[in-house]
Amino acid sequence: MSSAATNFDPDVIWSLLEEVKDPEIPVLSIVDLGIARAVQDTADGQLEVVISPTYSGCPAMYMLEEQIRETLINHGYPDPVITTQLSPAWTTDWMTEAGRKKLTAYGIAPPEKTTSNKSVLFGGQKKIACPKCASTNSEQISEFGSTACKALYRCLDCREPFDYFKCI
Amino acid sequence: MTNLSKQEALVQYAAQIGDNGLIIGHRMSEWCFRAPSIEMEMALMNCALDLIGQARELYTYAAKLDGTGKTEDDFAYLRDEKDFRNLLLAEVPNGDWGDTIVRLFFMSAYNKLFFTALTKSTDEELAAIGAKSLKEVTYHLRFSSEWLIRLGDGTDESHERVQKSINDLWAYTGELFTMTDGEKMLLEEGIAVDTAALKPEWDQIVTDVLTQATLSRPENKWAHKGGKAEGIHTESFGYIIADMQFMQRRYPGCSW
Repeated sequence: MSSAATNFDPDVIWSLLEEVKDPEIPVLSIVDLGIARAVQDTADGQLEVVISPTYSGCPAMYMLEEQIRETLINHGYPDPVITTQLSPAWTTDWMTEAGRKKLTAYGIAPPEKTTSNKSVLFGGQKKIACPKCASTNSEQISEFGSTACKALYRCLDCREPFDYFKCI
Repeated sequence: MTNLSKQEALVQYAAQIGDNGLIIGHRMSEWCFRAPSIEMEMALMNCALDLIGQARELYTYAAKLDGTGKTEDDFAYLRDEKDFRNLLLAEVPNGDWGDTIVRLFFMSAYNKLFFTALTKSTDEELAAIGAKSLKEVTYHLRFSSEWLIRLGDGTDESHERVQKSINDLWAYTGELFTMTDGEKMLLEEGIAVDTAALKPEWDQIVTDVLTQATLSRPENKWAHKGGKAEGIHTESFGYIIADMQFMQRRYPGCSW
């Protein structure tokens, strides 16, 4: 392996990373989610992909790491380095606009942009738009949902329950 | 004064913060399939997952600093009771729903202040873990505060029972603000959090929520101590690690 910088084209790597989907939300790639942070060379000239976990205990992280490795190896990058970076901490603001649209189409309300309301108590229940009928006449059923990153809401107009991707 | 080296103190510090998360997270996971409703269960399991995830990050860091080839699993599965340096509050049994909520509330109020301060640590890895954890424990504090208010300001029975939970667990809160010799040493380097200094703000959070919950605040009297400083635990701790470590003890090195 040559130590010359970039024996890979970052754009190609980024498009390969688009193929790695979140196992719980298979319409979103790790690029849409903002989990993939950087594609770069290590000091030894190896391909390095930097990722940030959504939640500390997210059980999907290990699987994602394996999927990234597998995808890159299958496309001729034999020995990629996958590095986990905790700081700066992942935020839903890193989700791409394309990702937010895909999420809505999939039936999950996308996260609000960083809330200014950081108050401890009853953090001001937000009105979340229903991904089915777009009504904001909704209420929270449960602050915690099927995965760490979601809360459960109900639309009071079309009556459908839906997941809301929590803003963190 | 301590005779630990700075590096030994740092390994112990990272591990002891991890111990708080692992032990209370394990306790909360005992509610799985037993919570009063599915929403309450999901909430506790989500919080437990965050706390155990934080413990993994901290143990991984401790293992790296330790430098003898250990992994996070050595810290969780192969240490004995005396090596765990969690706050005793983390290990008290679940009791009823009110006890579990009060324990999580006291711990989350502390965690929020602790991790806020840890983000300013001169140790970059600890600061990064602090920033990540802070987002999660803020959520835990909101969840447990809301439940405390609902129970306190609920029926006569819920009020009476959750007041008893507060009275029972109060004696475990004094330890939150103690400092070990290792912590004092690391505080001088700007690495450790000055936990003693967190008390006024913790008092404020607790008083605000208890007032909204129409509950009264016990007086500070005698406090249980010894978990964090010496690894001297309550009676129930042995049962926790017996449950948690059984597989690794019975089948050493087993993996999925």
